[in-house]
Amino acid sequence: MAAPLTPAETRRRVDASLRRRYRTERLFRLYGLISVLLGVGFLVILFTTIIGNGYGAFRQSFVRLEIQFDPAVIDPDGTRTPDVLASADYSQLIKSSLRQLFPAAEDRASRRELNALVSSGGAYLLQKMVLADPGLLGQSRDLWLPADDEVDLFVKGSVPTGAAGSEQERLSAQQIGWISQLKAAGRLELRFNTTFFTAGDSREPELAGIWGATKGSFLMMLVTLFLAFPLGVAAAIYLEEFAPRSWLVDVIEVNINNLAAVPSIVFGLLGLAVFINFFGLPRSAPLVGGLVLTLMTLPVVIIASRAAIKSVPPSVREAALGVGASKMQMVFHHVLPLALPGMLTGAIIGMARALGESAPLLMIGMVAFIVEVPSGAMSPATALPVQIYLWADSPERAFVERTSAAIMVLLAFLLVMNAAAVWLRNRFEQRW
Amino acid sequence: MRLTTLALILIVMALAAFFLGRRRAIAIGGPPGAARKLHSLPKYHGYYASLWCVLPGLVVLLAWAALSDTLITSRVIDSLPEALRNQPEAQLSLTLNDIRNLAAGQMVDESRRAEFEVAAGLYTELRAASRRILSGLIIAVSFLGFAVAWGRLKPQFRARNHVELAIKVALIAASMVAILTTLGILLSVTFEAIRFFRQVPFADFLFGLNWSPQTAIRADQVGSSGAFGAVPLFAGTLLISGIALFVAVPIGLMIAIYLSEYAKPAVRRVVKPILEVLAGIPTVVYGYFAALTVAPVIRQVGASLGLDVASESALGAGLVMGVMIIPFVSSLSDDVINAVPRAMREGSYGLGATKSETIKRVILPAALPGIVGGVLLAASRAIGETMIVVMAAGLSANLTANPLESVTTVTVQIVTLLVGDQEFDSPKTLAAFALGLVLFVVTLILNIIALQVVRRYREQYD
Amino acid sequence: MLLMDREKGFAAMREPADGREPVAATPVSPMVIADAAETDRIAADTVGDVTAKDAVICVRGGNVHYGETHALRDINLDVGRNEVIALIGPSGCGKSTFIRCLNRMNDTIESAKVTGDFRLDGQDIYARDTDVVMLRARVGMVFQKPNPFPKSIYENVAYGPRIHGLASNRAELDDIVYGSLERAGLVDEVKDRLDEPGTGLSGGQQQRLCIARTIAVNPEVILMDEPCSALDPIATARIEDLIDELSQKYAIAIVTHSMQQAARVSNRTAYFHLGRLVEVGPTDKIFTNPSHKLTEDYVTGRFG
Repeated sequence: MAAPLTPAETRRRVDASLRRRYRTERLFRLYGLISVLLGVGFLVILFTTIIGNGYGAFRQSFVRLEIQFDPAVIDPDGTRTPDVLASADYSQLIKSSLRQLFPAAEDRASRRELNALVSSGGAYLLQKMVLADPGLLGQSRDLWLPADDEVDLFVKGSVPTGAAGSEQERLSAQQIGWISQLKAAGRLELRFNTTFFTAGDSREPELAGIWGATKGSFLMMLVTLFLAFPLGVAAAIYLEEFAPRSWLVDVIEVNINNLAAVPSIVFGLLGLAVFINFFGLPRSAPLVGGLVLTLMTLPVVIIASRAAIKSVPPSVREAALGVGASKMQMVFHHVLPLALPGMLTGAIIGMARALGESAPLLMIGMVAFIVEVPSGAMSPATALPVQIYLWADSPERAFVERTSAAIMVLLAFLLVMNAAAVWLRNRFEQRW
Repeated sequence: MRLTTLALILIVMALAAFFLGRRRAIAIGGPPGAARKLHSLPKYHGYYASLWCVLPGLVVLLAWAALSDTLITSRVIDSLPEALRNQPEAQLSLTLNDIRNLAAGQMVDESRRAEFEVAAGLYTELRAASRRILSGLIIAVSFLGFAVAWGRLKPQFRARNHVELAIKVALIAASMVAILTTLGILLSVTFEAIRFFRQVPFADFLFGLNWSPQTAIRADQVGSSGAFGAVPLFAGTLLISGIALFVAVPIGLMIAIYLSEYAKPAVRRVVKPILEVLAGIPTVVYGYFAALTVAPVIRQVGASLGLDVASESALGAGLVMGVMIIPFVSSLSDDVINAVPRAMREGSYGLGATKSETIKRVILPAALPGIVGGVLLAASRAIGETMIVVMAAGLSANLTANPLESVTTVTVQIVTLLVGDQEFDSPKTLAAFALGLVLFVVTLILNIIALQVVRRYREQYD
Repeated sequence: MLLMDREKGFAAMREPADGREPVAATPVSPMVIADAAETDRIAADTVGDVTAKDAVICVRGGNVHYGETHALRDINLDVGRNEVIALIGPSGCGKSTFIRCLNRMNDTIESAKVTGDFRLDGQDIYARDTDVVMLRARVGMVFQKPNPFPKSIYENVAYGPRIHGLASNRAELDDIVYGSLERAGLVDEVKDRLDEPGTGLSGGQQQRLCIARTIAVNPEVILMDEPCSALDPIATARIEDLIDELSQKYAIAIVTHSMQQAARVSNRTAYFHLGRLVEVGPTDKIFTNPSHKLTEDYVTGRFG
């Protein structure tokens, strides 16, 4: 065996290795830093894209028109019955108002172009006004009506006019001329887009809103909250406090952990096969969506609740049992109140996950095109994330900004829920 | 009587039973403060009476809900004219649907309205009768239950123990929901999958190289059998998941290492929650981002390099899916890295190792099982991920390993097969359940292995 | 018999075995002067000769703060070449903190702040241009709990030479590994199973493996932080023999809770109390005729 190295030789060899080793060290550290920056950078890109695309949707172009509620057009016979009022051709009113503004447009083609400036939903608005107040007939009103989505995009400047790639000019030179005239006359401006927050879905971007989807999501969350939270807490209490060590309990535990990792779409298949085909519940109903999301959220709630129960120190239990409480009384009087904040935190986090979930909802028919705002847990509805999916698939370019805006709303909800969970945790967390 | 009214009546009865039971307990137990004659507090007697009042009613309600529809339907079928009654089953159920719709006041095919009108009338009538009987029955049973409980309330009666037993049964039932869910998934998916395999041989499905279910819409169509070889879907799923893991594992792992070993506490406190935001973003948002932002960028970059990139390339979906999984990988890795005992680090530093040497040669090898478990969980996530691929991956079942081409995945096909109008017995619809079964089994196996590996790893350092 | 009982008695008072002792200074029993100000008054200056002939390590005015806690106060102490110095004292007195300063292991604790003059062979340990890697290669450390890496026995010993590039080929590395195992007295027990994991050895063997791992880097000083606290008496005896042999070649500073151990293995002993170095002197003098009241109270077992 060779003699051991002398200290001086050891020092020389270590010294010789240092340069290379420190370079590796710096490189490794750099990789770590780059990874962190990549992660954060992606988040920044995601948010800037979505906010950049979406903030425009909160404002919408409106055209101010002098609308003559001409009885000769709406109700020539003077019957004033709702049926007649409802079926009248209100777009005629808008057309004639536009014609008055631009009398120069005489041939059919330019008239059509002129009429295309105002949303086809304008007529629907007028119809609603008249139905609400038939006394309007014969009067004239100055009204802000939504502009067509192409006009809207043009006004917001998000359409590169005549840019390469756009297969045809969306707006003709004549239309652009009219738009600038309307603008100059103060008849065309961007105003807050209330429709987006109050309407249901629509094929026309300028009439589409998220209220229907939001209400659908809200109804589902309600079902989920009322089922998943009590069930989850009850299951956690049983497993932590009462369950004897047995194979059945082991099976339940493995089960819960696995369910938490089962792909969400499989829950959708379950919902379709069991709730819709077997129990015969209606498709597209928030009730079914809520049930499916309940089953998805349940493992999360159970796991969080068990952790919360576990963190209550045994001394509390012993103290309660020591003064003669029954086990049930100990759990419900002492353990549960102490564990409740942790359980609520878990429930909120689970609900936030459920709120963003869309894949299982596709399975149970919540992707249908539904204009009506749902009135209850059994009426057809869609959900906010599914609405995003639907709009993302829509060909109209104006839906791009609405999709992004809907995402912003969804993210805002999630942010509030997570902030609530964090607040709850910090406010009530006890360290034993 | 409407269901809500009935529920309201039941609630009122339950409350009444509680107060009556409590009063009786106080009456027979003597005034409070006197020598204790009661075994349980008066309120437990109240709960007991209340439970006896409500539970039998609920049982009746559930039984009725399960049975009444079948009974009514069979009565309606019996009343149908001969020609209608002897239809094949599928048509009969359509007829029944029409009758139900007519009874609900919805539009039906006008030409057949007359045929169904009688049956619909009978249906409505039977349903009303069923409701009335149910309401009466429930109220009667509730009174009966209350009477039984009333008879039992005595000073020595162990009301609390009975109430607690009931609560315990409820708790057990709640924890059974998890098992029922798994069973429900397994049974429903397997049941439909078996029906599928009766029409399409199992081997053809699992090993076939050609997937084109779209041809099988109508029975009389040419080539109606369709092609259900799922290999292209499996390959596509693997390709996209592979790209995702290829992105997520190194980045996620390096993030975990950097944050737990290098970053200052202040940096860690800021960066960690920021990265957790990535985990909280709904997948539909990632899908939108992949389809609208990432895919065009990849296409443009590809074009500038002279490559032909499909607009729904596997690369785009995979990259974005990878980003989605990054926080998942990094938080799992963070856990396992922190579980490596401090003594191990000190041993290495004490010998003069640099940080990166310690991480690469001591910490990572020690944490390897845990990291592998985390990667398996991440893989199961990637395989089951739906919205990103639905929005950013293609529909055409190409069998290719080229990430620039468009591929489809198992989840995409499940969605396309089941969304929209469907005929329930066609192999096209059932194929979705067969795919679902494969997906469930594969992810289940991955999860079980991963959870086992991670648990064993944790125990090693406990 | 008596010795065994004393051992057990001490075992009960040992610092928690998680190796975090330096972070939180635990107060000593109430009999003792538990007040830092009081200690300052009666032990402000170290009794005895803090210098050593042919010193390899030389500390003057060493202070350590962990956040708000002043863990070491104005320590002056030398460690001589080829000597074994034992550091004794009650829990939380700063002895572990002290040896962790000598190879800058305190760098890994975020809140630790070290001030004062620490020198290895005249070179400032805390100077900006001092390389920690080189320093730790020269000043090795053996920890309280045996901490072999989850690798094979061979790889455990080869780890240091590998990272430092001490061997230019496999044969040289083999030589270093065998030599180190031999000097650690482990080679006969493990030579047939060098590929098996080091974690599979018994506690005493693991600790000797850790010592082999340390001497494989050929250090000049070996720091031992209660190397026997997790071992049974027989394994302890073997380690003590080993320390005796190693002292031929290396300077050794050993922290111990066992006064018997200090008496058996060391030439010099230093007594620490609440962050102060109270007394230093030849081991037999400290145990038979201590000069300071606090030292006397400790070695006679009035507290610990």
